[in-house]
Amino acid sequence: MSEPAVDTEEVSHVADLARVDLADDELELFAEQFADILAYFETLDEVPEVEREPELTNVMRPDEVKESLGQNAALQNAEETEDGYFKGPRVS
Amino acid sequence: MTYNGYITETQIKGSDDGPLADATVAVKDNISTEGVPTTCGSAMLDDYVPPYDATVVTRLKDAGATIPGKTNMDEFGMGTTTETSAFGPTENPAAEGHVPGGSSGGSAAVVAAGDADLALGTDTGGSVRCPAAFCGVVGIKPTYGLVSRYGLVAYANSLEQIGPLAPTVEEAAELLEVIAGPDEHDATTRNATERGADYDFAAAADGDVSGLSIGVPTELVEGADEEVVETFWSAIDDLEAGGATYHEVDLPSVEHAVEAYYVIAMSEASSNLARFDGVRYGQSGGYDGNWNETFARSREEGFGEEVKSRVLLGTYALSAGYHDKYYKQAQDARAWIKREFDEALSEADVLASPTMPVTPMAMGESLSDPLKMYLADANTTPVNLANLPAISVPAGETDDDLPVGLQFVGPAFGETEIIRAGSALA
Repeated sequence: MSEPAVDTEEVSHVADLARVDLADDELELFAEQFADILAYFETLDEVPEVEREPELTNVMRPDEVKESLGQNAALQNAEETEDGYFKGPRVS
Repeated sequence: MTYNGYITETQIKGSDDGPLADATVAVKDNISTEGVPTTCGSAMLDDYVPPYDATVVTRLKDAGATIPGKTNMDEFGMGTTTETSAFGPTENPAAEGHVPGGSSGGSAAVVAAGDADLALGTDTGGSVRCPAAFCGVVGIKPTYGLVSRYGLVAYANSLEQIGPLAPTVEEAAELLEVIAGPDEHDATTRNATERGADYDFAAAADGDVSGLSIGVPTELVEGADEEVVETFWSAIDDLEAGGATYHEVDLPSVEHAVEAYYVIAMSEASSNLARFDGVRYGQSGGYDGNWNETFARSREEGFGEEVKSRVLLGTYALSAGYHDKYYKQAQDARAWIKREFDEALSEADVLASPTMPVTPMAMGESLSDPLKMYLADANTTPVNLANLPAISVPAGETDDDLPVGLQFVGPAFGETEIIRAGSALA
């Protein structure tokens, strides 16, 4: 793949995937900036394939019941709650 | 408070005695403090009040520290200048009209101004070391896993660590002693003693560099501004006079650090910031209708431009058809960088370079060109990719009185090495 050309349609598609609305001027600004940034990321093509040591291991332990955050504390930052639950937007 | 170092000023009292009983320790505003707002510099969280303390905050309180406030920062840690904060930029108290560096700019600024004795910042790609260098103070980015991230609002989990800022290396080391150590709430923490290391950091700040072997990666010096390079070599001369020796090393992999860092950090950010949906916490537009659409509208209002940009680029880099091209290659670069650092550190006690290749930018100068801002992270990002510890210490000033920082990088859990080396300079 050569120079990534980024148009506002593509930015709009990614914004949709990321669940972030954008104003028209933001779409245009990002299309311009992303072209530069993605072209710069292209230089990763020059990186040789490297043998990676398997450094990550799963850390497992048995489940245990412990004290945790109470329901009221967990809900205190929510815009809307009902009967001890978070309340999301009404789906029409 | 004209330089805008704090987002919230407060008085959180610690226990009556302990090693920090006489100290004030400012805390970056992405570290949770029970009952005290924690905004991450974002409008998304401007009225968010955590119901619990981060592990490092619990340890500060147990050590007797008083927390005088929550410090200003680039929004969610995304920036190198502390200008992307929703609460306005912080000015550099050590260089009027210039940025304090970022993203922990508020933490470095309050220490430089003497408004707090010490501070905590977070370092994902240089966010403790850059502001330390720009404000003329000391900052430490610990080995990945030395300090618990429980209660830190995540930006890029595989890269970030909480670290201390202080006027001197010894004080930074004392604060690191308080916050370091394994935590059952963060499975990525490690016990340094099991790695042949110890936690006696302050004792290592003895200024003795006799016999110290310093490697200087040429790639991290060549790209820097002339005045920065001059100040760097004059500090190396001082270390030589103290009995240290240096040799140059080649690390070709670091030429790819900035792009690898940004691909990985943005990818992790796109996933981490998906939690801000305006339902459980954070800005809610109060909209009804299609869940995804209301979610997207709340996030348009809550996030600033740089955050949106990074979430989108991260989403792009992970999306079908691009994952192998960007994310996988960035992971290859990360493994390559890590291997080269390990090799260089098998033939030197520490590596040294300028912390930042540039001096503090004038305020407003870099905002319009994100790529230019990213390139300023050339010397700090490789260290996060390699999971290693590093310290930035004041190395001197340019002719225009702008602070210059010198960075020492050590082996994993080799905090004592970089603290000893740094204490010869500050």
